[in-house]
Amino acid sequence: MANCLRRFGRLGLISKAKNGKRELYSTTSVSPASGDNTSSTKSINLFTAVNQALHIALDSDPRSYVFGEDVGFGGVFRCTTGLADRFGKQRVFNTPLCEQGIVGFAIGLAAMDNRAIAEIQFVDYIYPAFDQAGDIPIVNEAAKFRYRSGNQFNCGGLTIRAPYGAVGHGGHYHSQSPEAFFCHVPGIKVVIPRSPRQAKGLLLSCIRDPNPVVFFEPKWLYRLAVEEVPENDYMLPLSEAEVIREGSDITLVGWGAQLSIMAEACVEAEKDGISCELIDLRTLLPWDKETVEASVKKTGRLLISHEAPVTGGFGAEISASIVERCFLRLEAPVARVCGLDTPFPLVFEPFYMPTKNKILDAIKATVSY
Amino acid sequence: MSLIHRSSSLLKPLAAGPASLLRRSFSSVTDDDATKITVETSVPFTGHRIDPPPRTIDTTPKELMTFFVDMARMRRMEIAADSLYKSKLIRGFCHLYDGQEAVAVGMEAAITRKDCIITAYRDHCIFLGRGGTLLEAFAELMGRKAGCSKGKGGSMHFYKKDGGFYGGHGIVGAQVPLGCGLAFAQKYSKEDHVTFTLYGDGAANQGQLFEALNMAALWDLPAILVCENNHYGMGTAEWRAAKSPAYYKRGDYVPGLKVDGMDVFAVKQACKFAKEHVLKNGPIILEMDTYRYHGHSMSDPGSTYRTRDEISGVRQERDPIERIRKLILSHDIASEKELKDIEKEARKEVDEAIAQAKESPMPEPSELFTNVYVKDHGVEVFGVDRKEVRTVLA
Repeated sequence: MANCLRRFGRLGLISKAKNGKRELYSTTSVSPASGDNTSSTKSINLFTAVNQALHIALDSDPRSYVFGEDVGFGGVFRCTTGLADRFGKQRVFNTPLCEQGIVGFAIGLAAMDNRAIAEIQFVDYIYPAFDQAGDIPIVNEAAKFRYRSGNQFNCGGLTIRAPYGAVGHGGHYHSQSPEAFFCHVPGIKVVIPRSPRQAKGLLLSCIRDPNPVVFFEPKWLYRLAVEEVPENDYMLPLSEAEVIREGSDITLVGWGAQLSIMAEACVEAEKDGISCELIDLRTLLPWDKETVEASVKKTGRLLISHEAPVTGGFGAEISASIVERCFLRLEAPVARVCGLDTPFPLVFEPFYMPTKNKILDAIKATVSY
Repeated sequence: MSLIHRSSSLLKPLAAGPASLLRRSFSSVTDDDATKITVETSVPFTGHRIDPPPRTIDTTPKELMTFFVDMARMRRMEIAADSLYKSKLIRGFCHLYDGQEAVAVGMEAAITRKDCIITAYRDHCIFLGRGGTLLEAFAELMGRKAGCSKGKGGSMHFYKKDGGFYGGHGIVGAQVPLGCGLAFAQKYSKEDHVTFTLYGDGAANQGQLFEALNMAALWDLPAILVCENNHYGMGTAEWRAAKSPAYYKRGDYVPGLKVDGMDVFAVKQACKFAKEHVLKNGPIILEMDTYRYHGHSMSDPGSTYRTRDEISGVRQERDPIERIRKLILSHDIASEKELKDIEKEARKEVDEAIAQAKESPMPEPSELFTNVYVKDHGVEVFGVDRKEVRTVLA
């Protein structure tokens, strides 16, 4: 009986994918529990939102598992608190300290039609698992499993969660933003939320998406960002950017923790009479070119900002694509306000970071080009 | 598994020097090297594919006192780092070594500075052992110019090239293959030197460790893999993470030795034995059974996954400094007061080093861009606007 239900759950998802217009959007439009917008909300922070999403994911699909270093105790950022108590150590468990093993194991688990939700403690530790994510762990194993088996196998149930980004004093190995590496790998999705509400809805979408996903959580915001979050089960669409502030003079594109910095710059710019449109890309791979394109066609200017070093960052990809699509509409070169091309520093982190004032300067320079 | 399994009877001296020398003042000890004291290690060594070295080891009053001074200084440094971190003078991540001092000191006593040491991020005391100064340590911790890595590394990235200390590495297990590379270079240049590559019980489950081990054994490298088993990989007890927590046996075809890492003499004996072994026969694993009193890092109170009784039990029964204190007292080498004075002196040295480190300026802002590439071989990089802010990475 239980097995039957499990299969049903899985099939339901797959059929949705087939009926959907594009597989990209297959799981994103519907919230399985209820589309009920009247559901109550609660003011919570980002790690609690992630925690809620994981509770819902484990509760709504008996074939889902959460594992990683120290997750049985709640994890270093408390994202997995209470999961082991509620769902048991068979489904929520600690792994040894071996990132390649964790991701490879997760791929195998996912290949047997399970939802494997693996945590890498800090994204800085993901490199030993880099190979697995592709299809060998990430880059060679996960990403290419479906392709190289001619669709016989896949690890679509795989979601890798990892905290990323600066935290004020993290130093070299607790601050990096490696999203660009993963965006170079066809076959995986890369998703980064900006707030508690986004984190919960996007994470549930990632877990239920029929493709392997890496989900980077902005660790600076775990406690800092607090927002009204619906208590029910809801999903936010992947590969759909969101215009979070409308404007007419310049388009700003970012993701994750950087958006709050960009939002501050937008407010400052407004004082100088510059109207900024701010877009949260949300999913970096595959990304929503249409939304960005429509915005740039309207404003004629584009600024991209991310914490990762500027050279080879994902901002370069956005810039190139938009220049291809909007060349004749652009009134200024695309601006990139990003991390410097140095290792992430222990001292001088504020110099390295794409701060509000740097963004403001670039906004002004671009608008008055 | 009990971590407290030592009986206190082991502190009895096996043999002592002539009776007339038994009571001497501390000051006279330092120039009297001839007096031989024989001590026995706390527990026997356990070997894997190898006959273990004997439990008895000769020492001198001078060496005993040196061990005490060195460990007391390390202990004090770590306690001070704890409070500096809490007052936010140390940023970044910080992992303390208190409890494990015997490994750093015992290893150093068996080898020379031509031998290399490479470790992970719990590196402050190894650095001191290799001849680093308290000032360099505290300045680095606080990100100041006078630090051993010019303030650019922080707690996890101490280095000392002239002391053969290859650092301070941030990614768990990543330093082990590096250590094998060092050992290859030593073997290739026909030096009679060896590399000690340290890792924890958590890292023992990393795949790259086994890759490194295979290469080291295949090419008979003079590499000593030292597993500092403090029994917890962050908050995970060893038995939760390892099918076989007998880390000295995990090399299978590579011999191993289990050592009481809380006994500086056991560590010294094992490291001396290991150095001779690897120069002739290729790699060996030393598992140091040790214990950290602090949590994994400063954000871990260290008391959620183990009991306070366990920690205080280890402090009472196995503390490396107390072991040496008892030996010194039982051999009448120094009085209790003299030892207390040494500890006070250590506290003073540490306080002075901190004061000096605080005086040291932050690195120049331009340091953000240096040491990325070899000087004059760098590429031009741009700041945020790709025009105004530009520099050549040097």
